[in-house]
Amino acid sequence: MNAPPTPRLRRDAGHPMVAGIFPDRPVMTDLSHIRNFSIIAHIDHGKSTLADRLIQYCGGLDAREMREQVLDSMDIERERGITIKAQTVRLNYKADDGQTYQLNLMDTPGHVDFAYEVSRSLAACEGSLLVVDASQGVEAQTLANVYQAIDHNHEIVPVLNKIDLPAAEPDRIKQQIEDVIGLDASDAVMISAKTGLNIKDVLEAIVKRLPPPKGELDAPLKALVVDSWYDPYLGVVILVRVVDGELKVGQKIRMMATGAAKEADRVGHFTPKAVQSGRLGPGEMGFITAGIKDIRETKVGDTITEDRRPAAEPLEGFKPSVPVVFCGLFPTDAAEFEHLRESLGKLALNDASFQFEAETSAALGFGFRCGFLGLLHLEIIQERLEREFNLDLITTAPSVIYKMHMTDKSVIDMHNPADMPDPIRIDHIDEPWIRATIMLPDEYLGGILALCTERRGQQIDLTYVGGRAMLVYKLPLNEVVFDFYDRLKSISRGYASFDYQMDGYETGDLVKMSILVNAEPVDALSTIVHRSQAEHRGRLLCERLKELIPRQLFKIAVQASIGSRVIARETISAMRKDVLAKCYGGDISRKRKLLDKQKEGKKRMRQFGEVEIPQSAFIAALKMGDG
Amino acid sequence: MLPLTPPDADATPGGFGLYVHWPFCASKCPYCDFNSHVREGVDQARWRAAMLREMDHFAARVPAGRRLSSVFFGGGTPSLMPPETVAAVLERADHHWGIGDGVEVTLEANPTSSEAARFAGFRAAGVNRLSMGIQALNDADLKVLGRKHSAPEAMAAIAMAKGIFDRFSFDLIYARPGQTVAAWQDELSRALDMAVGHLSLYQLTIEEGTQFHTLQQRGDLVVPDEDLAGDLYEATQVLLNQAGMPAYEVSNHARPGQESRHNLVYWRYGDYVGIGPGAHGRLTLKGEKVATRTHRAPEIWLQRVEEGGTGAHADEVVTPDQRGREALMMGLRLAEGVSLARLTAEAGGVNPVDMAAVDRLSRHGLLTLDGDRLTATADGRQRLNGVLAALLE
Repeated sequence: MNAPPTPRLRRDAGHPMVAGIFPDRPVMTDLSHIRNFSIIAHIDHGKSTLADRLIQYCGGLDAREMREQVLDSMDIERERGITIKAQTVRLNYKADDGQTYQLNLMDTPGHVDFAYEVSRSLAACEGSLLVVDASQGVEAQTLANVYQAIDHNHEIVPVLNKIDLPAAEPDRIKQQIEDVIGLDASDAVMISAKTGLNIKDVLEAIVKRLPPPKGELDAPLKALVVDSWYDPYLGVVILVRVVDGELKVGQKIRMMATGAAKEADRVGHFTPKAVQSGRLGPGEMGFITAGIKDIRETKVGDTITEDRRPAAEPLEGFKPSVPVVFCGLFPTDAAEFEHLRESLGKLALNDASFQFEAETSAALGFGFRCGFLGLLHLEIIQERLEREFNLDLITTAPSVIYKMHMTDKSVIDMHNPADMPDPIRIDHIDEPWIRATIMLPDEYLGGILALCTERRGQQIDLTYVGGRAMLVYKLPLNEVVFDFYDRLKSISRGYASFDYQMDGYETGDLVKMSILVNAEPVDALSTIVHRSQAEHRGRLLCERLKELIPRQLFKIAVQASIGSRVIARETISAMRKDVLAKCYGGDISRKRKLLDKQKEGKKRMRQFGEVEIPQSAFIAALKMGDG
Repeated sequence: MLPLTPPDADATPGGFGLYVHWPFCASKCPYCDFNSHVREGVDQARWRAAMLREMDHFAARVPAGRRLSSVFFGGGTPSLMPPETVAAVLERADHHWGIGDGVEVTLEANPTSSEAARFAGFRAAGVNRLSMGIQALNDADLKVLGRKHSAPEAMAAIAMAKGIFDRFSFDLIYARPGQTVAAWQDELSRALDMAVGHLSLYQLTIEEGTQFHTLQQRGDLVVPDEDLAGDLYEATQVLLNQAGMPAYEVSNHARPGQESRHNLVYWRYGDYVGIGPGAHGRLTLKGEKVATRTHRAPEIWLQRVEEGGTGAHADEVVTPDQRGREALMMGLRLAEGVSLARLTAEAGGVNPVDMAAVDRLSRHGLLTLDGDRLTATADGRQRLNGVLAALLE
């Protein structure tokens, strides 16, 4: 179609979703012909490919518009094969019974960090497809998400994907689904999303096995705010699921939590192209815009009602997501600070769960203390800043939120070691724990058990299903943010999967470990650790710094300490010989230029007392701390 | 402070030298990144004429009244020059700037027997100091270093040079692949038995663009690490101090009074004219310091001189800021150190040195400041790159 260029409706420039070019005839779809579903799958098990096939089968995009993983609009989503933000797409499917059904697919993220988004997506649907790789089987994240779906009373249709691969063992995996999850997998749909095999069977199962939504057309409007994002042209776009009543263009709506009243100026759905149909009825999903400029005015989980005839009670909302992992982000080049501030602001426009505030470090200069939903969230924000905003960043070691119970009975939340109060004033410190589920081939069990023990884990459960072990452990979160994923991956050669949920706070023997170079503390390297881990961690960091800090004109002592007690020490001996052997008449200009360059390089050095530490040393030293 | 060499006839600080670059070698050594070329059949008459012509070009630019303190024939391999060419160059230099009795005239020589046969001719042409590239005193290492002479040949050449020149020096390269401190001490002791007044002892440095660099990149050449290089350097200082030839510069040792006056011109940041392909010069012209540089390729240089009187590229003015840094960088190489007043004058009235850093480095025993004279200690010289970086905040 030769439409004039129109603003994109989705938050990031991506696939062809153009607003306002299909003023569609309002069609009432009766509830019995609507199915709302989401897809639950582990990374790489084929969720996005299946979504592509479903869209293609139902003609949402033609062959020219189709590209791999159309729903993952961010580059980073497509490259890493993960979905970060929820999206919806409406499919019109003519079923074997001759009727046409409106199928609303809610694409959900698969990762634990985005469990909050998962729960929002699930709340908007009545059923789920559980996609499992027919050779890999159920993974930890799948398990967590499927339990969430069960909690939301979802009807679940198991789908075995990749059955065309030689390694596929559908019978074993079906048995595993029954053993691990307790779902009847006898009539699982066997597909290959890649080749398109049996896609129609999936669509038939959605129509036949998933329940239609319930709702009253004549009741006062109740629509759930599932998500919202900022579009530079349209303002805030709100993703909704209508429960009762009707949402129409020109209608005066009211946000029940904030009380704000607005006029709905666009109402429509995605195919995945944005289609302005002008109305959404009960059971339907779609988007609205209402001239809102600030994303904070649209509280996710809020209920939209009609201003003239409001609903008596709002829908059950969501628990707000709160950051659990914190770190400092600093520009490598101090001149980039303002650019970083603006970039963080832009990201926060579309990510209410991400927090940041200004922070100053002697080692790293001006930067921001940022809060994330988890390590993947941290990594994604960091990567987006570097790629989309072209920033070069230093990330400090991730920290969790400690509850400092003071002797005066007050309780302080602390996530920055720099804010550690005087230990004399602290009565005790509580730290967050998680309940982790790890699934792995049993030959790696020994190594993983040792890792969990080393990280102060408490074993809750160990079961074997289908040749795989399922471990449930209680672990302190601060042990997990410290390179746990990396270790898990390397011990299991990448075969272990991991998921967790927060599991409350417990008192721990926690101390602040400082790193000193020639007796000068280096703030960026101080961490809160459990006393039992301090010596090991301190030794590791000192050894690492010994390799990273170049020899200087004099000897340097690198120490780790708790208070005034030194727990680890390394010495960097003085530079032995560093002089040009020959320097004659012809060399002067050349050598002077080398010296000038060296002088330039010093701008990238940070001074601690007499010691100069290259920024690259911080970056490398801090790397050991992140997942 | 070492006794200075006899007062310069030239009044400019640092003195005034002439450098003559002879770019040809019989073969290319694998460690050498100097401007050297292997050529069959050099047209000696043309080259002689071109050298003289380029000297005339610079003589016309240098203010009248300057007097040479030294002449240096470097290369390449200047001992491959016909003695007549050397004589002609010296005669012309004498004509322009005067070569009095006290003027040092050095020629670099390789100790092959065919070159040693010319030593008397060089002496007769006016050369009064010979500097020989011995590099090692054992045949195995000479082979590794790609040298064309044998150890016995080297020793014969040294004996011959001693009979002809009052002043002579030779170079050795240490920190060779596989070299131990003990082996080097032994070799150095034998060298000291033969040395008269001056020795240059260079740590092998792998320069980009050399065959050694390629080998090192491939992992086929391993040279001593920083710690072993430090041990070798320190062992060198001990032996040479015992022998009464302390370091007067990072890599140069002499009995007092036997220092290379020409090289002191560089380190004291004096002026020098550079002629021949790839030669550099530094000239004070109308109060500005000017860096000169000639074309490196022998044939192009020759053609340009024949067509326009010089193979020089456009001058580059060295800014006061750069002058201060250059004078410091060169001066701290010397045991005698450098005058802060002189540095300040070069830098246009601003002291280029961070005096707080001087304080700090002095506490660590790397520098001394005695009145106006800033000196790197032996420890400081051994780590001069770091010291310079610290001084130039």
